[in-house]
Amino acid sequence: MAVVSTQSSVMNNVEAVRATLYEAMKNDDRTLILGEDVGARGNVFLITKDFINEFGPQRVIDTPIAEASIVGIAVGMAMEGLRPIAEIQFADFIYPSYNQIVGEAAKIRYRSNGEYTCPLVIRTPYGGGVRGALSHSVSVEALFYHVPGLKIVAPAFPADVKGLLNASIDDPDPVLFLEHKKTYRLIKGEVPNGHYTIPLGKANLLKEGSQLTVVSYGLYVHWALEAAISLEQEGLSVEVIDLRSIRPMDKAAILESVRKTRKLLIVHEDNKFGGIGAEISAMVAEEALFDLDAPIRRLAAPDVPAMGYAMPLEEEYMSSPGEMADAMREMVKF
Amino acid sequence: MATKQRAASKTRVPFERYGLTDGQLVAIFRTMLLQRMLENRGFQLNRQGKIPFASASEGHEAVQAGAAMAFERGKDILVPYYRDLGLALGIGVTPYEVLLSLFARAADHSAGRQFPHHYASRRLGLHTISSVIAAQLPHAVGAAYALKQSGDGGRAVLTTFGDGATSEGEWHESLNFAAVHRLPVVFLCENNEWAISTPLDKQMGQPDIYKRAEGYGIPGIVVDGMDALTCYSAVRDALARARSGGGPSLVEAKCYRFLAHTTDDDDRAYRSREEVANRRKDDPVPRFEQLLLEYSILEGQDVEALKRGVLEEINEATDRAEAMPYPSPSHLYDGVCADRGEPWLG
Repeated sequence: MAVVSTQSSVMNNVEAVRATLYEAMKNDDRTLILGEDVGARGNVFLITKDFINEFGPQRVIDTPIAEASIVGIAVGMAMEGLRPIAEIQFADFIYPSYNQIVGEAAKIRYRSNGEYTCPLVIRTPYGGGVRGALSHSVSVEALFYHVPGLKIVAPAFPADVKGLLNASIDDPDPVLFLEHKKTYRLIKGEVPNGHYTIPLGKANLLKEGSQLTVVSYGLYVHWALEAAISLEQEGLSVEVIDLRSIRPMDKAAILESVRKTRKLLIVHEDNKFGGIGAEISAMVAEEALFDLDAPIRRLAAPDVPAMGYAMPLEEEYMSSPGEMADAMREMVKF
Repeated sequence: MATKQRAASKTRVPFERYGLTDGQLVAIFRTMLLQRMLENRGFQLNRQGKIPFASASEGHEAVQAGAAMAFERGKDILVPYYRDLGLALGIGVTPYEVLLSLFARAADHSAGRQFPHHYASRRLGLHTISSVIAAQLPHAVGAAYALKQSGDGGRAVLTTFGDGATSEGEWHESLNFAAVHRLPVVFLCENNEWAISTPLDKQMGQPDIYKRAEGYGIPGIVVDGMDALTCYSAVRDALARARSGGGPSLVEAKCYRFLAHTTDDDDRAYRSREEVANRRKDDPVPRFEQLLLEYSILEGQDVEALKRGVLEEINEATDRAEAMPYPSPSHLYDGVCADRGEPWLG
């Protein structure tokens, strides 16, 4: 990572995850990392490379291949004073741990009336565009964002990765931290040095515009931004909001923007039915219907099980920056 | 015959090998009585229409009171399941707290959110209880990891479950991980032969659950779950092994569920009255009472006084709990997260 100034460093998303985890392990002995291949292998993306040498196998735990207990054991650790960071190797493998996340971690505080709490971070790489096929490409946020007691974060930029991962680790309740794996090495940016946090639930207004609000998160933030910038040459003015957090979600930022532009396009990689866009649409319809000049539109994946391994199937599933630009153009001109 | 000879000689020899004082023996018996009578109270209140639901643990008194005596309060951690009334009582939950949970009052551990018998008390080292079978086992393993990590030896986790839980994936995952890391945890199976309506032979090909321990490379112990003293000693030894760095153990206590699964279940649909009546002959509560009488730990009048005292305590607790208020509707919204847990910000 090249140092560009004393205040910040340039790094990609995977380096930002690694640097943040390293600091967390360094600063708090209660922190430990558990998951598949996080030890000697250093995680399949090398995020925890050499951690085991520095922090020891008691704090960097190579677990058996057993996702339900990776999360469940972390829940027990968290209830007894440790600050576990559990890793699910790919989001596609998170399903066996669903009960431990939804039925247990998210309810520990509530069902014990605060007698026990569960300060736990579950990190997992998700998303497509990497030829990941049916089980190395999925987005899982919609399966979890219905769940009270659970927070969900999906940053797009390295500086947000660091600030939001720090906030997740500090949070006294369980957080599902989603890392888009195509952005891991693709997206670079300046990351402030030293410890800082970004509050969970705060969106980021990436680009101001007056004719359309585009709301997105993860990889598609970058593509939506690219599309919005390209449309400036056509004289179209599109505002782009990066949600960064999915639960809680920044209602104020969305409404403020929509009331200004009077049009809303939601773009996400997950499939459309029951997705994040559905909830945003419903919220805007409830709160700001009469401020709208056009129907709300969602650009999302088709309702098929997943993207395919073959390039045409992956491309058909995903939205390209060009498709995003087309949707934006149509909405501005509506 | 042999028993009668010992009785005639009034020797305490059968108890000495357990290292229990007379006071501890009586305490075990009292816990068994409390469990039996409190559970009966739950069913009564349900049939009177005063509470919506109660669950059953009758037949589990010996294993639970024995295990509770082995548990070191203030040091050990208990990660139980929802059929552990006697264990909860034995480690310090009061009948009043149990009745608050039955009546779903605001002062209940969960503030009236959870089903009855789903306790949580950090003071007692008692984890919050799930109704999802085997979900607590990974928590017990994580808690044991935390104990080991703290370097603060001499503490252990006791986790309990029924035979039904042994079919779950998390059961396997938990024993396996605990074995890999030699964690200070005791897995105590209260095998009552029924997973609601499903008998053992439809749950597993090998009905001796303790034998699975060998597959994990940990000790497996089987005890008569109707005998409080052998249950006590097996759990005591397993906890001692765990506390001293000897790793996890699997203890199987073979007991029986005398009642239906809960007040909402009708067990006549799946097992005969003859079977239940036959197993009643081995009821652990009169069996232990008989033992204490035979060896003059208690006299008949002591037993009667104990039963009266327990009933009075339950009656008093029933009245006191019933008089307590429900949680206010606003309590539905409290404590989802430290920060209210609203899905929308702003």
